[in-house]
Amino acid sequence: MLWWELVIYIFVAIGLTFNGLGVIGLLRFPDVYTRLHAATKATTFGSIFTSLAVIGWAFAQLISTGNSWNLTLALHTFFAIICLLLTNPVGAHAIARAAHRSGVKPKQAVVDRLEEVKE
Amino acid sequence: MIDIWFLTALILMIWIALSIIRVAAGPTAADRVVGLDTINTIVVALMIILSVAYNQLIYVDIAIVYALLSFVSTLYIAKYLEGGF
Repeated sequence: MLWWELVIYIFVAIGLTFNGLGVIGLLRFPDVYTRLHAATKATTFGSIFTSLAVIGWAFAQLISTGNSWNLTLALHTFFAIICLLLTNPVGAHAIARAAHRSGVKPKQAVVDRLEEVKE
Repeated sequence: MIDIWFLTALILMIWIALSIIRVAAGPTAADRVVGLDTINTIVVALMIILSVAYNQLIYVDIAIVYALLSFVSTLYIAKYLEGGF
């Protein structure tokens, strides 16, 4: 096996593992905030790693065949990663803020500082 | 080397199907939105994987547009949950 194939397999395995851990956390955690914590961060990390596997595959194909289509694929995938990195944390923050303002309380929480600060 | 991409796409579809359980059974509306956000992120990864599996570049472009539009829809649902426009 060539070394870049091994790198692609490792990236795909890391991405699938973290996506699966995020989904399991989404199913198993007790309230909205812990579910958001598990789902958003783990799936963003996993999706970035599966996309990095695609970028690695595209560069390997570019070197071995010299087809410029692969360079376009790598650049567009890189732009998709940038979009994912910019939009996902903002969306998670908006969901958490909306959940707290709509009256969902964190389960088993001792201190809720946001409730004290809010007017 | 092609088969690994279809296998990856299948496993990502299983994760999406598991997330749909949380969307269907979430106790509050915020739980459903969290499940929907997870599904959006995994769909973007799935489309990038399918682009390699089918050798079609258009899937990646659709993934970029889907990421941006799902972000806007998530913000609107959050704004609706928050109340008080």
